Amino acid sequence: MYAAPAAIFVLLLFVVPLLLVGRMSASEWPLLKGGQGLNLPDNYAGIADDRLFWPAVGFTLKYTVIVVVVLLVLSMGMALLVQERRRGVGFLRTAYFLPVSLGLASASLLFWGFYSPQIGPIDPLLQWLGITDEPIRWIGTPNMALFSSIILVVWKFAGFFMLILMVGLQSIPTEVYEAARVDGASKVQSFFRITLPLLRPSIALCLIISITGSLLAFDQFFILTNGGPDNSTTTVVMMIYREAFRRFDLGSAAALSVVVLLVLLVINIAQFRYLRRGADD
Amino acid sequence: MRLRQAIGRTSFWVFGGGLAIMFLVPLIWTTVASVSPHGATAQQDGYGLNNYRTLTEYDAGLPTYLWNSAYVSILTVVFTLGLSLLGGYAFARFRFPGRDLLFLLIIAILMVPYATLLVPLWVLMGELGLRNSLFGLALVLTLYQLPFSMFMMRISFEAVPREIEESALVDGCGTFGVLRRVLVFAVWPGMITVGLFAFLHAWNDFIAPLFMINDSSRYPLSLAIATLRQQTMGAVDFGATQAGVVIMALPCLLLFVLLQRHYVRGFMSGALKG
Repeated sequence: MYAAPAAIFVLLLFVVPLLLVGRMSASEWPLLKGGQGLNLPDNYAGIADDRLFWPAVGFTLKYTVIVVVVLLVLSMGMALLVQERRRGVGFLRTAYFLPVSLGLASASLLFWGFYSPQIGPIDPLLQWLGITDEPIRWIGTPNMALFSSIILVVWKFAGFFMLILMVGLQSIPTEVYEAARVDGASKVQSFFRITLPLLRPSIALCLIISITGSLLAFDQFFILTNGGPDNSTTTVVMMIYREAFRRFDLGSAAALSVVVLLVLLVINIAQFRYLRRGADD
Repeated sequence: MRLRQAIGRTSFWVFGGGLAIMFLVPLIWTTVASVSPHGATAQQDGYGLNNYRTLTEYDAGLPTYLWNSAYVSILTVVFTLGLSLLGGYAFARFRFPGRDLLFLLIIAILMVPYATLLVPLWVLMGELGLRNSLFGLALVLTLYQLPFSMFMMRISFEAVPREIEESALVDGCGTFGVLRRVLVFAVWPGMITVGLFAFLHAWNDFIAPLFMINDSSRYPLSLAIATLRQQTMGAVDFGATQAGVVIMALPCLLLFVLLQRHYVRGFMSGALKG
């Protein structure tokens, strides 16, 4: 009885759209005209022919790998730094976590100004210090645009992963470390032999969240780089938006959506399997 | 030994403090930049609020956008709380046909990328007459809050001992009476966490309104500020953009400071899921 509203809601806004996206992906479906009948497999075949598709896939993967590695290493360091109770640690935790409370769109707009030659603070500072003579083109070249976006994303999310890892660290009983110390293990040894293996569930959670999030990246590139320069930072989800609202082709946007869904499903299942196998050991 | 401790403490502060400064600088900068004088902004000389003034007069005006954002966020909170309060109660206390399937389906929402559903939802909302409507947008935003909030409310209800409601049931309360008079007070902390996350998500979301809303007078704040920036005619207003960032960030930072405990609890129950 009490679950009825949720059941109706899920049926109408989740199950029906899922079926609909499948049908749309197999149909000719211009944005304003609606469904014009089946045209399978044109939409799917069209994806592979789009000259922007493979570069977008490549960029999304490259971005994901870099962001996940940088985020995890940095937030692990931060978690180790602030896990112990000592004076001032609360301030550090709050400082690292504050950007998490902002929205990704706000953070992107913030960095868009931060990087701009018009009001950005870094260039004047570097020039004043005599390190550079002319403005750095933060989002002017493909590599710099990727680099600048990664800084933005790391700034925004490192505190979040730090929190997950910190709680994981704190749940490891101190007796284990003491036993290791008595046995003569160094700090480095006990980090690799005790901390990392016992932290595995927290690390796995961070991996799943950061990989999924990065593969679906949209806001930061839409706002900060607008996919440029020269389409070099166009992600797969931006392609969906572009097909739907720039090229007015909902059919191929739906086909892309289905492909993204399937790929993500496979990746998630693989990750869960790997995770479960680890838990059984 | 004491020297080693001193070195340890110093390096802790150098690393930790340096990192903290790097995390705080962008936040401080945007606040200062929104009121400082600059050639490319409405604030030409001296410190002042001209950038905020520009924002109030921009297109439909800041009050409209603020209202749109607040309306969508509050509606999302209400929908999310309503669905997850009743649903969480049902999942925790009753057996009904399709119970496990429904819960699995709700959790499965997490597996489906946002963008995948936005394309068919755009069509569906059009059929329902809810495209370009803030009400429809709130429904879409609620959908993505459902897995977390249903999970959260279910464990909140499950943590309440059954004895509490049994005495009320004996006293002649119906199951709804028990929920309204007794259980709501027991699951209150869970509701705050669910409401907080629903609000922040709705307030900050960008891609859902980008897909669903095309009438600029119905833009929520995030979309309005991003559009203000993209305007091709005339100069881009950097100052007003940062003023917009400050306005968007303020409620988030405020809620974080006020509700820190609930914040952390939300993330922790998320961690349990994994």
